[in-house]
Amino acid sequence: MNTRQLELEVLRYDPEQDQEPRFQNYSVPCEEDWAILDALNYVKENIDTTLAYRWSCHMMVCGSCGMMVNGEPSLTCKTFIRDLPDHVRIEPLENFPIERDLVVVLDDVMEKLQRAKPYIIRKDPPPENEEFNQSRGALYKFKQYTMCVNCMCCYAACPQYALDSSFIGPAVLALAHRYNIDSRDQGKSERLDILADHDGVWDCSFVGACSEVCPKSVDPAAAVQQMKVDGAIEWWKQKLPGGKS
Amino acid sequence: MSRQPYVRPVSKTTWYMRNGRYKKYMLREVTCLLVAVYSLLAVSGLASLAGGAAQWNAFLASQQNPFMVGFHAAALIFFLVYMTFDWFKLAPKAMPVQLGEKKLEDRFIVIGHYAAWIVVTLVIFWFAGVI
Repeated sequence: MNTRQLELEVLRYDPEQDQEPRFQNYSVPCEEDWAILDALNYVKENIDTTLAYRWSCHMMVCGSCGMMVNGEPSLTCKTFIRDLPDHVRIEPLENFPIERDLVVVLDDVMEKLQRAKPYIIRKDPPPENEEFNQSRGALYKFKQYTMCVNCMCCYAACPQYALDSSFIGPAVLALAHRYNIDSRDQGKSERLDILADHDGVWDCSFVGACSEVCPKSVDPAAAVQQMKVDGAIEWWKQKLPGGKS
Repeated sequence: MSRQPYVRPVSKTTWYMRNGRYKKYMLREVTCLLVAVYSLLAVSGLASLAGGAAQWNAFLASQQNPFMVGFHAAALIFFLVYMTFDWFKLAPKAMPVQLGEKKLEDRFIVIGHYAAWIVVTLVIFWFAGVI
């Protein structure tokens, strides 16, 4: 198989030695079918064992190898070198603190994820001794949102989150919407506090970058806009005569 | 081993220069200034209409110099490209239509918006005596 020499410019940060991040270059002989993750693995195994980055499945399922590739938030296991120039700059996902090298701190999103209650909430008990039937139409309404692998590329693309990290952000809002529109769920009112708050959907100014960069073709921007419509309808229902206050 | 996460600075004033996607977004948002100026102009036009024929004719005459014609042309282009086309294109995201098991294709929702736009325009033209 043909090999191609790729110049990787990788952002490095060692919290014990560096005051701030710096770039380090590696020249990597890549096989033509490699993804950027393969090139990083080559560096780790053959050139520099100190390089730190996250990865696990190498098949777009675990969502842990999200990084900036030439300035674009990408899953490095599905970003192929055949689609890239000879010089590639790799940085940790934007908008997150850097733990070390290409590893970022995701604590903030993990905390927000819990607040969104991303699971089915029932007020009535589920059907006993039988399956919970759901039509295919009801499933298709939310199915695309279940494809999210929490890679956080959407957060790295979101300028609103960059400017104000209290914003709940695209993936968590999309996941909350996924449960809100699930016909089995009855927990919409319990998710209202984080969604309708100032830091929720109304903080989104609809740049749409989150949906454009999503490696799983999820459309968080659509979820957020639909929640805005939902929120506005609920607000009017309360304001109209006879509405619940 | 000590943890000392590094937070990269984000410029509050030049963040949108980071990539083309952000620049395009800012261009769309900045058209709101044109909308604001155009709205003020429309209000002043209404006020002069209420003020009688002389004021109204003076207002019309004030809009016919090359600068104002240029402003109206620029406003029309920006409104069409960044308000009408862009927002109609984004409409299916905010209002998806599910028909049984299938989602109505986005293009039908967009076409529906254009159709409604044409109908409303024709109605306004009819009221205005243009057609």
